[in-house]
Amino acid sequence: MVPLRRELSASYAFVERNFRAVRRYWGWEVVFLFHSIVSALTVAFIAPGGVVVAGQQFDSDRLILFLVVGTVVWAYLDSVFDSVAFMVSWERWEGTIESTFMAPIRRVTFIAGSSAFAVLYSFARAVVILVVVALFFSLDMGAANWVGAFAVLAIGSLGLLGIGIMSAALPLLFLERGSQMTVVVQASLLLVSGVYYPVEVLPDWLEWFSVISPATYVLNAMRAAVLDGVTLIDLLPHFGPLMLITAVTLPLGVWVFGWAERYALRHGRLKRSG
Amino acid sequence: MQPAVSIDHLVKRFDPAGFGGAWRRALGRPLKDPIVALDAINVTVRRGEVYGIVGSNGSGKSTLARVVATLLLPDSGAVQVFGHDVVKEARTVRRFMNRVSVEASFFKKLSPLENLSFTARIYGLPAGEARERIFEILKRLGIEEKAIRRPMDQMSRGQQQKVAVARALLTSPVLLILDEPTTGLDPRSKREVQDFVREICDTHDATVILMTHDMDEAEQLCDRLAVIDKGRILVEDKPTALRREGETLEDAFIRLTGHAVEVHEPDKTAAGGGG
Repeated sequence: MVPLRRELSASYAFVERNFRAVRRYWGWEVVFLFHSIVSALTVAFIAPGGVVVAGQQFDSDRLILFLVVGTVVWAYLDSVFDSVAFMVSWERWEGTIESTFMAPIRRVTFIAGSSAFAVLYSFARAVVILVVVALFFSLDMGAANWVGAFAVLAIGSLGLLGIGIMSAALPLLFLERGSQMTVVVQASLLLVSGVYYPVEVLPDWLEWFSVISPATYVLNAMRAAVLDGVTLIDLLPHFGPLMLITAVTLPLGVWVFGWAERYALRHGRLKRSG
Repeated sequence: MQPAVSIDHLVKRFDPAGFGGAWRRALGRPLKDPIVALDAINVTVRRGEVYGIVGSNGSGKSTLARVVATLLLPDSGAVQVFGHDVVKEARTVRRFMNRVSVEASFFKKLSPLENLSFTARIYGLPAGEARERIFEILKRLGIEEKAIRRPMDQMSRGQQQKVAVARALLTSPVLLILDEPTTGLDPRSKREVQDFVREICDTHDATVILMTHDMDEAEQLCDRLAVIDKGRILVEDKPTALRREGETLEDAFIRLTGHAVEVHEPDKTAAGGGG
């Protein structure tokens, strides 16, 4: 029990330190948040703009809500992925990777701490973006099932964490190009997951990739909960694929990270020198 | 008595092709020769002593420090710290060892207090006790109370390096690896860090391994010295025994290695180490 408490406390150390770093870089945080809010508003304006471009009336309010859910959920998932996938790059950039990896803690403790920070930080950002956009467009979300939406986000985060952890291993394998590869994974998820459109509009060969993206199921379930107020029971079918993806990607992510760390330790690639 | 560190026939090579080497091998393309960083190193460090390893940049000092610090896996040979294998029992070894590297590695926007609180937490120190010790150690280092709460990027390199040594001390290591702790510092900061290291050696019951290319520093601080060159230990003895009559330690180094100590700024070579 004591070792578990010790590992949990060590995990919390990463949450605390990263939030302190966020606070110190508050100017950048304000800028990033502003950028995310403006991006969400811009995307949402596509709905009324579509009415003008198409020259025919359709339910633009529903489309606005569809786009807002997409953009806010993506802001959350993207931020979770970003924070997790760049945990190694961040330590390397600050120059602390060796002292962190030399600490007598399990590697999963480091991963869990960085992931917990990612989820909390991203959730707080997503709430701010949602509130601002909802007020801006006077969105009616009275029918939304928020408990269901929260459950979707919680379960969906785990599946994405697994992919994020695998991506975090890339900078351990490729000193220079690892972080660039992470961005490629991130962009691919954006394309195939139906963030701004239903995945059915994708070409068949591309739509196939949406099946393996946890973001696809999170977005579908979230839209069902927020747009249609679907009950928690009726959301359950969405959870199946998410839990399956989590069951595969989370342990696989931790294993890949461990393998990449051993590779880095064998080849002297933990720290970027020069 | 069990030695603090025992290094037996340690070999470490680096493949300059990196991950691409596997592809080249698969495609049958010629591979570059691996760089031999450590070539059958044998070292025994006794408990409680300050053991110095002197050598030029690229001689293998930092690579050796990293292997002992569990940050590099050896290709062959064995390294034991207080009887524990650094590969098979890495986490156990990490519990009673700490390392100060040439760069003070911190979250530079955070304060010394925040950085050291983080270290205390990941090493399992109770929060209240840790806070008390942090203030005690940092004040002993002459760091003003208001500076303890200011971002570290507002401190001089010398002060940052002293905080790095303080961080290592906070975890009460029984083995302290100092990998060129004064390289690149101005003379005053260098003397401050050296004084602090000397104080640690006098007041703490710890074994210290000091990697340096500063001969004066090595002579002043170390009980025994090993000269490393091109990944091989050339000689090992007390500093006074390494010198012939009328020789400085630097003269002895030139006689043993055939070249002078090259002093460059912090390691800029690939594969995790410059020393």
